[in-house]
Amino acid sequence: MSPLVGSGANPLRDPADRRLPRIAGPSGLVIFGVTGDLSRKKLMPAVYDLANRGLLPPGFSLVGFARREWENEDFAAEVHDAVKAHARTPFREEVWQQLIQGMRFVQGTFDDDDAFERLRATIEELDKAQGTGGNFAFYLSVPPRSFPVVIQQLKKHGLADQSGGSWRRAVIEKPFGHDLKSAEELNKVVHEVFEPDQVFRIDHYLGKETVQNILALRFANTMFEPIWNRSFVDHVQITMAEDIGIGGRAGYYDGIGAARDVIQNHLLQLMALTAMEEPASFGADALAAEKEKVLGAVRLPRDLGASTVRGQYAGGWQGGEKVIGYLEEDGIDAKSKTDTYAAIKLEVDNRRWAGVPFYLRTGKRLGRRVTEIAVVFQRAPHSPFDHTATEELGQNAIVIRVQPDEGITVRFGSKVPGTSMEIRDVSMDFAYGESFTESSPEAYERLILDVLLGDANLFPRTEEVELSWKILDPIEQYWDKHGRPAQYPSGTWGPAEADEMLARDGRSWRRP
Amino acid sequence: MKIDLTDTTAGDINKALVRGRRAIGTPAVGMVLTLVIVTDEENAYDALKAAGDASREHPSRTLVVIKRVSRTPRDRTTSRLDAEVRVGADAGTGETVVLRLYGEVSDHADSVVLPLLLPDAPVVVWWPVNAPVDPANDPLGALAQRRVTDTYAAEQPVRELSARAEAYTPGDTDLSWTRITPWRSMLAAALDQVTCEVRGVEVEGEEFNPSCELLAMWLANRLDVPVRRSLSSGPGLTAVRMETTCGPIVLDRADGSLATLTIEGQPARAVALKRRETAELIAEELRRLDPDDTYASALRYGVERLNTAPQAAASEPEAAEAPAPAKKAAARTAKKAPARKAAAK
Repeated sequence: MSPLVGSGANPLRDPADRRLPRIAGPSGLVIFGVTGDLSRKKLMPAVYDLANRGLLPPGFSLVGFARREWENEDFAAEVHDAVKAHARTPFREEVWQQLIQGMRFVQGTFDDDDAFERLRATIEELDKAQGTGGNFAFYLSVPPRSFPVVIQQLKKHGLADQSGGSWRRAVIEKPFGHDLKSAEELNKVVHEVFEPDQVFRIDHYLGKETVQNILALRFANTMFEPIWNRSFVDHVQITMAEDIGIGGRAGYYDGIGAARDVIQNHLLQLMALTAMEEPASFGADALAAEKEKVLGAVRLPRDLGASTVRGQYAGGWQGGEKVIGYLEEDGIDAKSKTDTYAAIKLEVDNRRWAGVPFYLRTGKRLGRRVTEIAVVFQRAPHSPFDHTATEELGQNAIVIRVQPDEGITVRFGSKVPGTSMEIRDVSMDFAYGESFTESSPEAYERLILDVLLGDANLFPRTEEVELSWKILDPIEQYWDKHGRPAQYPSGTWGPAEADEMLARDGRSWRRP
Repeated sequence: MKIDLTDTTAGDINKALVRGRRAIGTPAVGMVLTLVIVTDEENAYDALKAAGDASREHPSRTLVVIKRVSRTPRDRTTSRLDAEVRVGADAGTGETVVLRLYGEVSDHADSVVLPLLLPDAPVVVWWPVNAPVDPANDPLGALAQRRVTDTYAAEQPVRELSARAEAYTPGDTDLSWTRITPWRSMLAAALDQVTCEVRGVEVEGEEFNPSCELLAMWLANRLDVPVRRSLSSGPGLTAVRMETTCGPIVLDRADGSLATLTIEGQPARAVALKRRETAELIAEELRRLDPDDTYASALRYGVERLNTAPQAAASEPEAAEAPAPAKKAAARTAKKAPARKAAAK
């Protein structure tokens, strides 16, 4: 797993000693696009939080690469502000003192050879001054079009060469292409320079505690797995709703749309975790094998027109605020066909799930920000209660709330107190914040630590990315040729067509 | 909200808990364990504060058992139980019941605590001071899966370590052990970076700080080399020096917060190693409730086997004996142990 020198022989390490945390070996992190939002709001605070929890190795180094004219001190000041504003754990001077010794900034553009030479010199200097041992991860927090040039520069300047037991890793963010072909090209570019097992694709959803808890819920318990199949499950709804519009991301968003932005990665990953069989172990290979099996078994419905819906938000009121429609946003073509809402129906063709539809939906400017997986069960086959007693009883459901308010809800019927028999839905809640810590680690903390440890089981692989595109591509092609996105008022739960799509199957969307 | 009950019973306390929960509107609770704190009036406030902070990570029902001293023989025969029930904002993220036991009932605290335990959830007993020598056979300790003592607060910490080793039962643990987790993980990380063999170790720290002995015993047990315990003026642990086949590895913390890790042939690096608050220690302690086998083997290594290596014995014959007279001196000032701890923060 982690290529630490002599880690197997370290007499102070003992699997039974579970207080000792997994500390990454000597290493450093290079962030490209360090002045961006993601870097300031998520990456820098995550690095600090890791250091504060004592999970970073002594001498850990952080190198920023960006166009801005900064000195090391300016960079450190910027990190300091980002950490103060966004870190999860309290600011502690001695942790900061530990971190600041390894902070460097390299100024330059991605096509600037001198800058990459300076980067190499910086890394060599850090190996000497901080003892990073040549182990560096390159985090590409850059627009997708810059991927190839940065990767090529890394190769050209020998920055991707692993020598003498050290490692070099690449961390890339979505989007991993915009269709199967571009994804394959991107993979080719990256794998030409970095070995496949040294490439880490960040899907930050997989770093969330609740998402990892899907596996615990399903495979550590006995009471859920027996009913987790077509005999009991009626259908599954996976929702990721945002209350914001596209904001300033017009350039990135237009032409991409909700389905490519969210369904292709986050929702299909959540679906794979919900539907997959039990892996032989929680190792990266075993997990990937099961996820690939289930993604490979996904079938699209025959009539794509009737089982997919896309929409665009129109102007309206969102949570007490007047907002403009997608087509009126700055930088958006008034004739744009880009979807800001997408709902699709998928089937999984295997023994466990045959005939159980999976409804996936995502959208911007919906009612509120929420991500959840709802497994909705069939109605009881026979009810000894008369019709009036169970009139208000819905279907049983297990809802995994991914964000916000992480937790699990179970819905079932219960008698209303009183002399008459009346049964109504009640819900039973497990909230993470209630039973465990109020401050569970941020997804990025976990993922950055895993990159440094070389632990790949929370990262989607090339095959998964390509399989996901194979699922989405036919839908996007159909949309290109047929019709236009439906308009839905901002602040609602999507276009009426989406409700009709479920109504045709005799079902309805949950209000999350 | 706070409900005061005078001359009460466990049954009434249970009713008050339900009443309090209904009143604040959260009838369902996700508490994961019951934490029983056995202490005296003097230390109750600090302990409860630490437990309250820790409850943000581990929502729990906290039962504070305070045995009141009876002044006269007549007081001793009458018995009374007073309780203070706190729910909602007054009790961290869980519920707190402060139990004050007067007279005879203070010998039967387990009969009060037993009905107040959460169903099914694990029970942890913590003695901030005056822990019984054999916690597992204490009537309250017997109710718990996990028994947390704090040798640092003892009058003769080093002698108490031997007693703890003798009485060790799976589920026992000590905050002096919890205190050294960051040191242990940093030392393990340091050895990850080299491939040499350790020949000998020196652990340097304050006198009467059992964490130093525990760290020394852990190292001796894991590395199977002679370990010397030497004294400094603190605060707490100040340094660990390992002699290895490829030169010394030194982890040095002079000021109680920022340490320096020096490995032969590698640059010196700063490492944050702050002394932690009791709340953080308790939170770590509650994270795992299974027996801590590593603690057991470190404890059982035996304090008397430290400083006994041939070269150490030859060069410093007095080092092994020095602590003995000092201990007696400590006994006189030992009443100040908790105060000393507060000051150390």
